[in-house]
Amino acid sequence: MRTLTPRRIQETLFTAPSFLWLLVLFLVPTLMVVSMSFRTADPYGGIGDSFSLEGFKDIFSPSFPGILFRTVNLSFQTTLWCLALGLPVAYFIARAEKKHQAHLMLLIIIPFWTNFLIRVYAWKIILHPEGMLKDMLVALRLVSEDTSLLYNQGAVLLVLVYTYLPFAVLPLYAAIEKFDFTLIEASRDLGAGPLRSFFRVFLPGISQGIVSAVMVVFIPALGSYVIPDMVGGTDGEMLGNKIAQRVFVDRNLPRGSALSTLLVLAVVLPVIGGLVVKKIRSNGRAFADVPSIGEHGL
Amino acid sequence: MKGVRFSGVLTFFVLLFLYVPIAVLVFNSFNASRFGSLWGGFSLKWYSALFHDRNVWVSLTNTVVVALVSTLCSVIIGSIAGFCLYRYKGRVQRLHYGLVSLPLIFPDILMGMSLLLFFIAIGVRLSLLTIILGHITFSISYVAVTIMARLQNFDFSVVEAAQDLGASRFTILTKIYLPLLGPGLAAGAMLALTLSLDDFVITFFTAGPGSSTLPLQIYSMIKFGKPPMINALSTLFLAATFLVALGYQRISSGSKTAG
Repeated sequence: MRTLTPRRIQETLFTAPSFLWLLVLFLVPTLMVVSMSFRTADPYGGIGDSFSLEGFKDIFSPSFPGILFRTVNLSFQTTLWCLALGLPVAYFIARAEKKHQAHLMLLIIIPFWTNFLIRVYAWKIILHPEGMLKDMLVALRLVSEDTSLLYNQGAVLLVLVYTYLPFAVLPLYAAIEKFDFTLIEASRDLGAGPLRSFFRVFLPGISQGIVSAVMVVFIPALGSYVIPDMVGGTDGEMLGNKIAQRVFVDRNLPRGSALSTLLVLAVVLPVIGGLVVKKIRSNGRAFADVPSIGEHGL
Repeated sequence: MKGVRFSGVLTFFVLLFLYVPIAVLVFNSFNASRFGSLWGGFSLKWYSALFHDRNVWVSLTNTVVVALVSTLCSVIIGSIAGFCLYRYKGRVQRLHYGLVSLPLIFPDILMGMSLLLFFIAIGVRLSLLTIILGHITFSISYVAVTIMARLQNFDFSVVEAAQDLGASRFTILTKIYLPLLGPGLAAGAMLALTLSLDDFVITFFTAGPGSSTLPLQIYSMIKFGKPPMINALSTLFLAATFLVALGYQRISSGSKTAG
């Protein structure tokens, strides 16, 4: 039974501003992207009135699987590197003395107070064919005179890791800081080796942090546009570059929308998947009432 | 412990990795040589070139206008949202929470693209206003989650006590909520401000002719020459953000000792 209690009126009043704002300027526009991809383009760079599958032409072009694979692959590798570097850093900070923790976190965050474009540009200078790094590597005979450090996938990966690393460290730190390290001692006392207690006790214990880190790195990385645009060259093009090219160069909004629809799916499907897993898990827990540690082995 | 030592060494190298590019920029901004690899002597000429570039001043003004307006609006909307998500539970709020948290992981390009289509569809001309609307949209979520986190430690019995003692709504707002949530509001505002100052992609999609912001200006500088000026600009940008953050740090640590 719904009655209009004062509390309910108050709730509605408080919910309305953000709910309506995001409904109109976030949800509706996102749905628009999906619907526009089924429309024709008009010759003036706008959107025509009739229905068409023309927009999906890119997805069926022979070069597309390559770009899609590169986009997913680079985002995946970025996520792995961010976890591999972020975990020890977060661990170190979480195990440092309490008074140093905030300062160490600040040190991680400060570089990100510079503008994002400026950070990417800094890498462009470092990796420049006549830059110091190239000279150094050539002098050490690690690379030959004619290798290019810039405009390839390696450069894109490097700058992606640079950009997303702090976003991985934050949730990992939050999870490790809350982790009860006596559990590790307990598992060792019970005869587990260091590797076993790392994989069976520590990682499951901070799984929430790992999931958040993956979410905030992998999904935004899929939509990268500026990084491959500035350091990638043609060899490092990603899905985001194709979208921007359709919108700003070809002025074909339906084709840009069709490509963006893929990104919408890439964002929404893992979120729904995550919710389903959570639901199943919480149902399972209701039956078994087990402690959360060590039960994530699925 | 061995694990701590290994992670300590790695943390050191990660910090090096994070800071070297910034150091290179600052260093090069004082380099008289046009190319980063050669040291051509100390010079302030890029700074002076920067000060005489009219486009830089116009986009700086635009950036400040966009940042201030969007921060103000998103702090109001976002903190109400955070309060509401914390206070009320139920199906509507779960939906509300989904709507608030999804933009946090949405790739920028998708948000830019969808806003562009939306503005075209409803026939709004792209201008500073559309940029501001875009910035408010992505900042609301960040403010809301910051406020929610702060509310975890908020003691609502204080509010009930005030009500029992006959305080009016206005008194409760100004005497209890604002002072106690002040640091949270400041943190949310800082976040919205830095996000707005930093944003390129969404601005790029929603900007019309003549509504260039500083990041757009930097982008065109990188794309079409004038690189050394970017070094100077970024050094100033870094110094400015550093001062703001330092000031914020002072305020928040001051309030901690006071409370």
